[in-house]
Amino acid sequence: MKKIAKLMATAMVLSPTASFADGSVEVMHFWTSGGEAAALGVIRDKVVEAGVAWEDAPVAGGGGDQAKTALQARIAAGDPPAAMLMLGQNIIDWANEGILGDVNDVAAAEGWDDVLPQAVQDFNKVNGNYVAAPTNVHRTDMIWASKSAFEAIGAAYPTTWEEFNALAPRFVEAGIIPIAHGGQAWQEAYMFEALVLGVGGAEFYRKALVELDPEALGSETMRAVFAQMAEIRGMVDENFSGRDWNIATSMVINGEAAMQIMGDWAKGEFTNAGKAPGADFACIPVPKNGDGGFVYLVNSLSFFTQPRPEAASAQATLASAIMDPDVQVAFNQAKGAIPARTDVDMSSLDACARATAAEFSATDVAGTAVPTFAGTHAAQASVVGAATDVITEFFNTDMTPQEAAEQLVEAIQLAL
Amino acid sequence: MAQTADADFKTRLQSLLPKLVLSPSLAMVLVFVYGFIIFSVYLSFTDSRLLPSYGWVGWENYSKLWRLSHWEISLTNMGIFAALYITICTVLGLSLAIFLDQKVRAEGVIRTIYLYPMALSFIVTGTAWKWFLDPGIGLENVLQTWGWTTFEFDWIKNRDFAIYTVVLAAVWQTSGFVMAMFLAGLRGIDNEILKAAQMDGASNWNLYRRIIIPQLRPAFLSAFVILSHLAIKTFDLVIALTGGGPGRATELPATFMYSYTFSRNQMGIGAASATIMLMTIAAIMIPYLYAELREKK
Repeated sequence: MKKIAKLMATAMVLSPTASFADGSVEVMHFWTSGGEAAALGVIRDKVVEAGVAWEDAPVAGGGGDQAKTALQARIAAGDPPAAMLMLGQNIIDWANEGILGDVNDVAAAEGWDDVLPQAVQDFNKVNGNYVAAPTNVHRTDMIWASKSAFEAIGAAYPTTWEEFNALAPRFVEAGIIPIAHGGQAWQEAYMFEALVLGVGGAEFYRKALVELDPEALGSETMRAVFAQMAEIRGMVDENFSGRDWNIATSMVINGEAAMQIMGDWAKGEFTNAGKAPGADFACIPVPKNGDGGFVYLVNSLSFFTQPRPEAASAQATLASAIMDPDVQVAFNQAKGAIPARTDVDMSSLDACARATAAEFSATDVAGTAVPTFAGTHAAQASVVGAATDVITEFFNTDMTPQEAAEQLVEAIQLAL
Repeated sequence: MAQTADADFKTRLQSLLPKLVLSPSLAMVLVFVYGFIIFSVYLSFTDSRLLPSYGWVGWENYSKLWRLSHWEISLTNMGIFAALYITICTVLGLSLAIFLDQKVRAEGVIRTIYLYPMALSFIVTGTAWKWFLDPGIGLENVLQTWGWTTFEFDWIKNRDFAIYTVVLAAVWQTSGFVMAMFLAGLRGIDNEILKAAQMDGASNWNLYRRIIIPQLRPAFLSAFVILSHLAIKTFDLVIALTGGGPGRATELPATFMYSYTFSRNQMGIGAASATIMLMTIAAIMIPYLYAELREKK
């Protein structure tokens, strides 16, 4: 009895301090791997330095599905976190549910409009309100190539699809797997979007995957995209099905396979293995038939309307910390991506990141930077899911490009 | 006077007490099980996407659901999986039980060994079998390195056979449990009848076919009910073993429901598929319960 009374007394003393602390932010996220956690730590340190307590609420699971389920439960219970790591269309969906607050004051004071490229603003500013702050930008249309594999057959890195396809038989002859691929539906979706941009060009990408125009989706160009995908289907090893993406990356790292098509988060695997860009591996954009292009994925922490008013000032501190130029650079050194701001000094980033940052600025101006489809920036999760069904079905059977394009049109129509 | 009133109160309290003690859990079951079942069914008629919303759309979610090839694949897989899983588990469980019932030595140990897989969660079973079946690191690789180079066993990577690996893992997990159920049934059979039959010169085969197995009817029924609801709600095993792949080859209704409700923001369609799963289970359970309750009278 006494023990219980004691416990209750402690609880009563403790709980007010938790809810009346002059500022704390609870951040929900799915960044639990080494580099990701280190990157988030940069923001945390900045926030703590400003006198705001940081409550870490990680929900493991790479793509964030589990975190999203946990968030849905929290929202339904009326207990939203201060901020949550989110991708693309989800931010807009949550904003339209009326659950996200804004950090417009900070954004106006720090002039976010001037330092964020349009592409990034599209997914942080909803109806004129900054509902989220971007931490970094990923490029998804990348090829990770093993230098030793290319030296073994004495070939240069491919810049066109013809070169790319011609390499495969030479690698096979040398006993090297041409493409390391992880056969999971989401990985095939990222490969698909890289091919849509690479084979069809930026304008086609927008028509097909952003506007979801049925004519573009069923067009000759889309069939060509699937035909190229069928080529790649012939370049993977027998055992690809179900393989995790980082296992596929390690096949490139140890020279067992020549290339992997994967977003630039793969770079972390190379650096963790002690490999240097240029010396051991190359990061090259997926070949482009059209006038270049760039598929981007923006990571943001979005802000939930808080029941307590004092929480808003803590959110503002967090927003300001995320956008701090030094934090953006340090964050991305750890995460392996590029800063969302374009006005920061990139010289301390590695060669891959610098090249990506330069291309991002250039393509943003040229209008050929397109939002990721697989990462649900270009379309809603329901559409992406429906398209992914068709894509993965195509990659795992001998469906013809014609059938795949037809099914794609129908599946997307049903999901709208 | 006061004493009788007190005694009255006591007896009344005594008769009320069980109800009082049970009522909180009953209320909780009513709200959290049946209440939410009704809520889910209601959601299946709404335009819910990311979060529950209450715009009535009638049967639209159901008509969309039946047009999805993904749902068709899940149902076909369910048919294959359930039929094989239930049949093989029952046959295997019954044979194991009959063999164990032959007064073998160390029966307790053997029984425990067969029952043990049931103590594992499906996630563990799925992961272990995933590694075991993987051609690159598992059985195929081991036998090939031992010198049997032509050996091939790549079912888990082959879309036409992957669903059978799910059956394999599920059967491994549950057949011991079915065996225990049949064993209990066998032990419950009256020895007198068996002795009488033996005296009449019945062969062992006839003994089982005509007397023992027919008497196991209740055990068959409970095995069927338990196995069929396990089959319909199979989710974690598929997630751990194949992740629904290769492609969509091992997708089941439960994994379909999860992905539509939670990762694809189509809660309405997810709820519709959940309702159909519930109806399927009800179609199996209600006749069973009806039969059971009628027999009790």
